[in-house]
Amino acid sequence: MSASLFERARIVDPLRGLDETGSVLVVDGKITASGADALNQGAPEGATRIDCANKLLVPGLIDSWVFIGEPGGEHRETIASAGKAAAAGGVTSLVMMPDTNPVIDDVALVEFVLRTARASAEINIHPAASVTKGLEGRELTEFGLLKQAGAVAFAEGRHSIRSSLVMRRALTYARDFDAVVAHQTTDADLAADGVMNEGLYGTWLGLPGIPREAELLPLERDLSLARLTGAKYHAAKLSTALSADAIRRAKQDGADVTAGAAIANLSLNENDVGEYRTFFKLDPPLRAEEDRQAMIEALRDGTIDILVSSHDPQDVDTKRLPFADAEAGAIGLETLLAAALRLYHSGEVPLLRLVDALSTAPARRFGLEGGTLRPTAVANLALIDLDEPWIVREEALLSRSKNTCFEGARMQGRVLQTMVAGRTVFQAESYR
Amino acid sequence: MTAAHDFPLYPHRHLLGIRGLSPADIEILLARADDAVSLSRQQDKKSSALRGRTQINLFYEASTRTQASFELAGKRLGADVMNMSVASSSVKKGETLIDTAITLNAMRPDILVIRHHSAGAAALLSQKVGCSVVNAGDGAHEHPTQALLDALTIKRAKGRLARLTVAICGDVLHSRVARSNLILLGAMGARLRIVAPSTLLPAGIREMGVEVTNSMAEGLRDADVVMMLRLQRERMAGSFVPSSREYFRYFGLDKEKLKAAKDDCLVMHPGPMNRGVEISSAVADGPQSVIQEQVEMGVAVRMAVMQALLDPRRNDEIAA
Repeated sequence: MSASLFERARIVDPLRGLDETGSVLVVDGKITASGADALNQGAPEGATRIDCANKLLVPGLIDSWVFIGEPGGEHRETIASAGKAAAAGGVTSLVMMPDTNPVIDDVALVEFVLRTARASAEINIHPAASVTKGLEGRELTEFGLLKQAGAVAFAEGRHSIRSSLVMRRALTYARDFDAVVAHQTTDADLAADGVMNEGLYGTWLGLPGIPREAELLPLERDLSLARLTGAKYHAAKLSTALSADAIRRAKQDGADVTAGAAIANLSLNENDVGEYRTFFKLDPPLRAEEDRQAMIEALRDGTIDILVSSHDPQDVDTKRLPFADAEAGAIGLETLLAAALRLYHSGEVPLLRLVDALSTAPARRFGLEGGTLRPTAVANLALIDLDEPWIVREEALLSRSKNTCFEGARMQGRVLQTMVAGRTVFQAESYR
Repeated sequence: MTAAHDFPLYPHRHLLGIRGLSPADIEILLARADDAVSLSRQQDKKSSALRGRTQINLFYEASTRTQASFELAGKRLGADVMNMSVASSSVKKGETLIDTAITLNAMRPDILVIRHHSAGAAALLSQKVGCSVVNAGDGAHEHPTQALLDALTIKRAKGRLARLTVAICGDVLHSRVARSNLILLGAMGARLRIVAPSTLLPAGIREMGVEVTNSMAEGLRDADVVMMLRLQRERMAGSFVPSSREYFRYFGLDKEKLKAAKDDCLVMHPGPMNRGVEISSAVADGPQSVIQEQVEMGVAVRMAVMQALLDPRRNDEIAA
């Protein structure tokens, strides 16, 4: 038997609506007691007792939109290196996008990812399979077999499905298997050669813009099809006030719809692009300040259910280029929590809602274990110092790629310890 | 000729854009360019101001005139000028801009002139080399020497830039010339108007503090200067405007439309012109056209820019 007792922590557990000082007892990888009523109940003999006074204990983060380079782009990130970066960020489970080479569109690839993850990563890595074969937007993948093999969602990664008919069939078919289709919407024709938000700032830089409507039009289509088919649809990465309004309406209509956003779109805006800084070239692009504000409001009121890092490791070869030629994307596993906590410290989003968006909501939507600290749950958790200040330094990041858009950023709040199924997978240096 | 030390020291190492230049910086360059015009009009056009200096022209986009203008400017100042023709270089074999920059930098040039199809390319290059960089056009971002030569042309004809009404007409969306001119002329106190079909207007233009109209008659009314922009051929056939015929009818500058402007209104074009598309031959070759002067001023401005960037007093400063 192995046991750990986290004593006198501030426990935030959105599933139980709980934010109180208490203790959490972990025995053999499971939570056996949790909350104020677990205080002063003693611990089994031999248990490790951890004094968590003034510390925050939350269910481990679940990052549901992560790109990993393995297979095919191991120089950018491996499953093992992503696992280490995740653990350092308090992330105990992640959903991996199918944009690998080869694409995760076949049972063998799902099995490869799960096997590699078991062998080399200490956190839970769940593959999402592509919606269409080869991410080509034409033929559906084997939803039933892929789901049975362990694919937790069907997503098209960086790609957006152009054909309304293909999307309708995907949603119709997904419903038979109770599968979630997660989709980042971009109208490729309307976005054309755009590389940043369309607006005055982009105009002065001479960079072609991506209008907000390029995200909205296929989103509206998808939401209509979700109503039509009754399928589970997840709008994966929204960036605009218009999109948030569309989600609000669809939810009011009773569609089985959830929405996500990348933390960068709530932390930064188009002005951060500065003088062609390619680490700030993201997809969706950083938008105007009004959009950023609208996204925060949408997170606060629950229109946006889920926050993700949209971790996308890119090599210097693909970033040290003129802005228009550089790849989009930034790493984020290690900064997701700290960047999200800014919204708590600023008073914009309550902690309970924030932890829900980072853990409980994705667990619920994608049917993953974890996401709660209630007794009988698996012991996936993160112990956090809410106030510790730190500065993001590229050289301290564990990800194999260093393309962070938070280099030099001042953060408040840091992961001290990360536990997956009762095993400590990360401990901060200052906390050892 | 005025002696070099009579001009105030130009405070920047590169010329990447008009953005970031103060009116005083612009005045230094215009004064130096005015001086260079005199040199170019002498029988002996050669100076030794940049003797021993090396200038590399790195052109990723074909451009006969701008490249020739920079080459001539360097040669008149006595610099050794090398043209890198990208069409036949390793860039086609996949070498990145930064690798090319590092390679060229190792040859110890004093000045790199770059034209590139990507916005921000000149700024990126300037971070990787030890010499001065001149932006000869980067995507739809900026073309600072063009704006300077336009300003010099206007100033020599009108005596000033402030309070002149300047109409910039045509494909503003894709035009780095328009952006650089908007910044420069705005900084110098000109009144600016934009005339274009809405499909060729960039996002946010109405927040720029300029007048925007879709009517040439309105845009040209009482104008002191009209600048026509080139419309790329691939944008005339249904993508941005339906046809060159329709474009000329509504936005091409002809004698009739020019009547709305002041009688002494200058007609300008950065070249190369599409006659019968954005401008009629009668106007382009007419008495109000200063298009040939623009070409002449181009050489002078480029001489001025290179002299200002390679001011020998700067070396003294560094040595001290």
